[in-house]
Amino acid sequence: MPLDKDDFQMLEQKSRELRKLIIDTVVWAGSGHVGGALSSIDMMTLLYHKVMKIDPERPEWEDRDRFILSKGHIGVGLAPVLADKGYFPKEWLETYNHTHSLLGMHLDKHKVPGLDASTGSLGHGLPLSLGLALSARLKKQDFKTYCLMGDGECDEGSVWEAAMAISHYKATNVVAIVDRNRCMIDGETKDVMTLEPFADKWRAFGFNVIEANGHDMNELYDAIEAAHKETEKPSVIIMNTLKGCGVDFMSGNYKYHYAGFDAERAEHCKKEIDRYHDERMNA
Amino acid sequence: MGGLNYTMEDTAKLSTAELYGKTLVDLADQHPEVVGLTSDLAKSTKIGVLGEKYPERLINVGIAEQNLMGTAAGMALNGMVPFVSTFAVFTTMRALDQVHTDICYQNLNVKMIATHGGLSFGQAGTTHHCTEDISIMRSMANCKVIIPADGMETANAVQAAYETPGPIYIRINRGFDQQVYDTTEYDYEIGKAVELHEGTDLTLIACGSAVWSAREAAKVLMSTDGISVRVLNMHTIKPLDKEAVLKAVHETRRIITVEDHNIIGGLGSAVAEVMAESGKACAFKRLGVPDTFSIIGLHEDLMAHYGYDVNGIIAAVREVMGADFEEDDDWNDEI
Repeated sequence: MPLDKDDFQMLEQKSRELRKLIIDTVVWAGSGHVGGALSSIDMMTLLYHKVMKIDPERPEWEDRDRFILSKGHIGVGLAPVLADKGYFPKEWLETYNHTHSLLGMHLDKHKVPGLDASTGSLGHGLPLSLGLALSARLKKQDFKTYCLMGDGECDEGSVWEAAMAISHYKATNVVAIVDRNRCMIDGETKDVMTLEPFADKWRAFGFNVIEANGHDMNELYDAIEAAHKETEKPSVIIMNTLKGCGVDFMSGNYKYHYAGFDAERAEHCKKEIDRYHDERMNA
Repeated sequence: MGGLNYTMEDTAKLSTAELYGKTLVDLADQHPEVVGLTSDLAKSTKIGVLGEKYPERLINVGIAEQNLMGTAAGMALNGMVPFVSTFAVFTTMRALDQVHTDICYQNLNVKMIATHGGLSFGQAGTTHHCTEDISIMRSMANCKVIIPADGMETANAVQAAYETPGPIYIRINRGFDQQVYDTTEYDYEIGKAVELHEGTDLTLIACGSAVWSAREAAKVLMSTDGISVRVLNMHTIKPLDKEAVLKAVHETRRIITVEDHNIIGGLGSAVAEVMAESGKACAFKRLGVPDTFSIIGLHEDLMAHYGYDVNGIIAAVREVMGADFEEDDDWNDEI
């Protein structure tokens, strides 16, 4: 079922605001993993504002859904989402990456309320998600674990170790999500390390593969719904995205994996984000 | 130490790892949050007995150690108490990034019971020897490091690990160990050394399989040479019992460490750090694998080869006792 109109508009507005907040946070921090934050933000917005069973008043609520940011370097994308949800004051974002700040490039669960795991080194999120899923089964809890990975991250063998085991244990309470922005630090994924046939690899590991436009709220929501409905196989959502999505000079450009810019450039980014979201609403 | 009632007969019949498995099942009987994980080594590490009684509580992830440690961390994030077992070499090197980031950095309640430590899988060759783990794991913040001397002590250590929150690394051997204790009823406490033999001339500080050898050496030295050797079972490498080390420095002025590990970075280094920071002079020697990749052979033969079996320890004690420690200004004849 597609999103209703109110939800759609709320999510569109929220992702527009969060894109701008990511830009602000990068300016406060001096620099950051802005490209991957902007390619993932629509899915994170959808999860935190529509899909996940969470309560910011009770960040440790045992039955909450979990979000594991396996691509841990986009803390600069997740922290604005958590601050905006009220897990901690938005003012914290102004200290991002500063000495003694509670917020750093890769977020620490012991410092950031609402964060379900500390991540950073790549290829760790899917095994953590399997552990959460198996423990939920043993404790007869019905929460889901959403694991957001980068496509470049899927070079790591541990991703496939976990994929094999998730399939073996039929851990359908994990929803794997890949931000397929086709870029990594050293270049485009096709040039650095071939991933294709990417979807077939997941299928071969026993996954129900759902492909979606990662910047279309309705398609993303349908993908989540499809993942929830599949009870025989674990699901992976491969969302086709653009690195730096929403800002002209960053869009699809691997060079903006990590970047910094001044206030003037940031203003340009925000105008671009408005232009991009206006177009999206009118599409 | 509720629930521990093993007898000398058990230790004669059961290998160290089997006693671990038995203790784990006892813990699982009492605590539903206890789970076991392994990577195709359920039989070899003896964690498999948990799965015989509680099939759903033993997770086997196949030969995939990174996933093993990450999955354990995920389970601990949701309040389970995972006991993870694979060989020491895979626990501390193959999966070290996960041990570091998922378990230790997040300070999760995961117990890593690593088997086939030191040279105890001697005939498997160097790829399966593990002489770096103490060094690696004691530099891991939040993590406690325990090397039990035998099966009885392993039972105590596993029980104590359950009772102590946070990541704990316990290294045991393959197969049977020489028996140091005939009961679990002694004063076992994580971080507290156990004095096994009184002495005033020199202190042997040992861990793991070297403990039995050190005690045997001390008995021989007393009867044949009249040398009074104190033996400390330093079962916990981290947190190290600094008080016991400093007491030995003050009271015996000569210390030899013995470990089934590279002499760099392990027990010997940990003791040396305490001594050096105390500012008190002490004759000192480290016994263990002399910074080399070890050769193939039976465990006991390898310990003899590298000079830390009973005879090797006796020779080292005689050498250190013969050193002219602080009697003159000549530093050349001191160890």
